[in-house]
Amino acid sequence: MIYLTRKCEFSASHYYHNPDFTLEENQRVFGKCANLNGHGHNYTLEVTVKGDVDPTTGFVVDLKRLKDLLSDEVVEAMDHRHLNKEVPEFAVKIPTTENLAIAIWERLSSKLRVAQLHRVRVYEMQDLFVDYYGEE
Amino acid sequence: MKAHLTRRYILSASHRLHSERLSDAENRAVYGKCNNPHGHGHNYAIEVTVSGPVSTSTGMVCNLVDLDECFRHEIMERFDHQNLNTLPEFANLVPTTENLAAVVFHILKRHFHGAHLQKVKIDETQNNSFEYFEETQRP
Repeated sequence: MIYLTRKCEFSASHYYHNPDFTLEENQRVFGKCANLNGHGHNYTLEVTVKGDVDPTTGFVVDLKRLKDLLSDEVVEAMDHRHLNKEVPEFAVKIPTTENLAIAIWERLSSKLRVAQLHRVRVYEMQDLFVDYYGEE
Repeated sequence: MKAHLTRRYILSASHRLHSERLSDAENRAVYGKCNNPHGHGHNYAIEVTVSGPVSTSTGMVCNLVDLDECFRHEIMERFDHQNLNTLPEFANLVPTTENLAAVVFHILKRHFHGAHLQKVKIDETQNNSFEYFEETQRP
């Protein structure tokens, strides 16, 4: 079994707000992230796939196809966008880094051919990241 | 939906690697420059990984403010800009980064209850890193 990781970057804005909370609760739980005018990050995404090496190509996965999948499903959908307003998953879910990793996993896992998705890692900043391994 | 959240903190401290169980010559042979009697220091980068279900009401594994506050109070205030050899945890324990990772893990495990503590990873330099986790927890 070989694990292969592809990285890409995207920049997006978001805010944290739970409509079931009062204004005070939102501010207490989410702090500065509750500012409804939003703020932004440069996200770095690392996608790790696993599989056996194809004896004909020597590949676990065709990197061009993986790159195109990340481009179509993540970069096109999220780069330079407002996550709350432009990415359908976050019409109801709060776009925390946790939920972003889960949303990216769900976008990729059904469309990945040949190799199997192992881990989605999303860096919100250099000192903060979330890993999602699917249902554990 | 279980996710793993990792936060990275920078801590600067000095240490000297010297074991009371070894002779002076053995200490020099085992630890080399790290046995220098006057010690030396590092900027340690400590990555703390916690895990748990993502709350449906907050979208979070835990509140980062709580983790930051616990790390600041329990680790930074006691270890940052200190000589590790002078701390009670290392009175009978060589302050290698292996042992530092285990010490940090067990302190956080006692004091942080906002999510499950999964792993402590420490970069001693850009070339050396150490991970401590309970054996059953490795992802």
